[in-house]
Amino acid sequence: MPKPRHLPVAIFLSAAVAAHLVAAQAGKVFLLTQLTMSAYYTLAVLGLSLLMGYAGQISLGHAGFFAVGGYTSAALSTLDLSAHRTAGAVAALAKVGVLTLRPQLFGGEALGVHPWVALLCAVALSAALAFVLGIPVLRLKGHYLAMATLGVGTIVFAVALGTPWLGAADGITGVPPFPLVAGVQVGGSSAGRVANYYVAFGLLAAAMVLLANLVQSRAGRALRAIHGAEDAANAMGVDTAALKLRTFVLSAVLAAVAGAFLTHLNAAIGPSEASIMKSVKYVAIVAVGGMGSLWGALATSLTLSFLSLRGYFGELDDAVFGLVLVTAMLFAPRGILALRPQAALARLRRSPAPEPEPIPPHEEAPGDEPAAGLVGARPSEEAP
Amino acid sequence: MPLLEVQGVSKRFGGVRAVNNVSFRVERGMIKAVIGPNGAGKTSLFNMVSGFVRPDAGTITFAGAAMHGQPPHRVAARGISRTFQNIRLFPGMSALENVMVGRYLRARAGFLAGMLGLGRARREDRAAGERALEVMDFLGIAHLAEAEATSLAYGQQRAVELARALASEPEMLLLDEPAAGLNMRETRDLAALLGRIRARGITVLLVEHDMSLVMGTCDEVLVLSYGEKIADADPPTVQKDPQVVKVYLGDEEC
Repeated sequence: MPKPRHLPVAIFLSAAVAAHLVAAQAGKVFLLTQLTMSAYYTLAVLGLSLLMGYAGQISLGHAGFFAVGGYTSAALSTLDLSAHRTAGAVAALAKVGVLTLRPQLFGGEALGVHPWVALLCAVALSAALAFVLGIPVLRLKGHYLAMATLGVGTIVFAVALGTPWLGAADGITGVPPFPLVAGVQVGGSSAGRVANYYVAFGLLAAAMVLLANLVQSRAGRALRAIHGAEDAANAMGVDTAALKLRTFVLSAVLAAVAGAFLTHLNAAIGPSEASIMKSVKYVAIVAVGGMGSLWGALATSLTLSFLSLRGYFGELDDAVFGLVLVTAMLFAPRGILALRPQAALARLRRSPAPEPEPIPPHEEAPGDEPAAGLVGARPSEEAP
Repeated sequence: MPLLEVQGVSKRFGGVRAVNNVSFRVERGMIKAVIGPNGAGKTSLFNMVSGFVRPDAGTITFAGAAMHGQPPHRVAARGISRTFQNIRLFPGMSALENVMVGRYLRARAGFLAGMLGLGRARREDRAAGERALEVMDFLGIAHLAEAEATSLAYGQQRAVELARALASEPEMLLLDEPAAGLNMRETRDLAALLGRIRARGITVLLVEHDMSLVMGTCDEVLVLSYGEKIADADPPTVQKDPQVVKVYLGDEEC
């Protein structure tokens, strides 16, 4: 399957361009800012979608990883070491570019960590955190895994809220723009709005290409196999623990990258990004988009995040996500994309070609469909 | 040297002695059956050989390497592939994809290579697909490749599971009640198939209830009762063994 595999991504990018043109035509370019922010939240959601829908593991602490990325980037890039400029180590780091000067609001220059280096640190830290946590936590199943990741999210939130160095309840402000490539910065200036929009959607498209590749690859097949029948995957030589851990780390890294870029875009981050409600929103979006449907998660996330950021849900924002989650569980446990077309399409495709061997009426028994539970919890049928 | 050598294996579950001090050998190229009444410890023994259950005592040696205490994926990597009593196919995947998971150990591309869609990963994938299709063809189910595996008829699902196990090109195949739920014709086909699998040089160890299959096809039969070995010989000898007749066939004298 060579080229057409990424046709959906091309269509997606065209839609992004179209959205820009329509917004520009209507004189509402300001909408692109919320779309850009939605794209970064969606990046985090995609990682969670991979973890939940393909590896069959739940994380109720994903906002924690998002915040680890954002806070690390913010804390490092807002450092001011100019007082120690003459110290040997500081001077050396400044010389190789790890530390860089940036203008300060009230004149003068501050010496902080270069945003690229800060991003690398953010990714490394969240990956390390996911790795260390994942080893014990991924042994748990279903509800227990949910509780454990919930605990992790709570800890990140508490640390963010309780650490003066991280700005406590105010968070960190004055985060400098991120110099992506020459002339393009991820930051809050309205002049860079369109560029930022395309950077975010470009990143999202790149993530979709990578994840779509992964899902169709040997490792991706093994992941889907783990989700469907872990013991059988094991018996085929799949090291399920290692593969789950890798997926967990990958999803944490995606969340951290998203958190870091959104922080640069907003020039700030606060503890609410680490809140449990944020984690629950991510889970709700994945559930509505459909477990095991990256495109469903992408579409749901962009839509709901955009509406939420525009304030359409008002004071009831959290309640709306709760309602969405409950409704999805009741009426579309396999996600909105599974509601209609697939079954109909499959039937259409089947009927004209006479089957050599008729497929028994089993067909539409989603009884053991693993997507049904929010927690992705299947009783572990450990054979005694 | 036998391919598989099990020596003095025991397993307790709580107060129940599921398997007690059982030893046996499987020679290369042989079809061996494990039989016994329900609860005799057949499946526990199977799970120990395939790494799903860790024995409390005893050793399991496969092709000269110690297997006891190894996790299932390591056991699989050593060349033991298994099927399950209650079919364990991967839902939401086509029959072909199911069988391709059986090729997992025969390829190397990892997470990153897969994500980046590297040429090597794609070549491996194509090869895995071709090989999986060959195995399905060998079992006469190539025409089902694109069907969703869990929507197939019961007998076809068993065949897909067998194809998945064979696709890994194991040295030894463990079949947990392969004839369960099959009709007479399908059971006959299975017997013929076991012969063809052996002809490919694959050693087979199976747990089975169907006596016609066991007595007609297997080279050796191991009989368990209440976790103990009570006989281990060729089918005619086992059939005549008074203890086997007593505990296994009971008073019915079949």
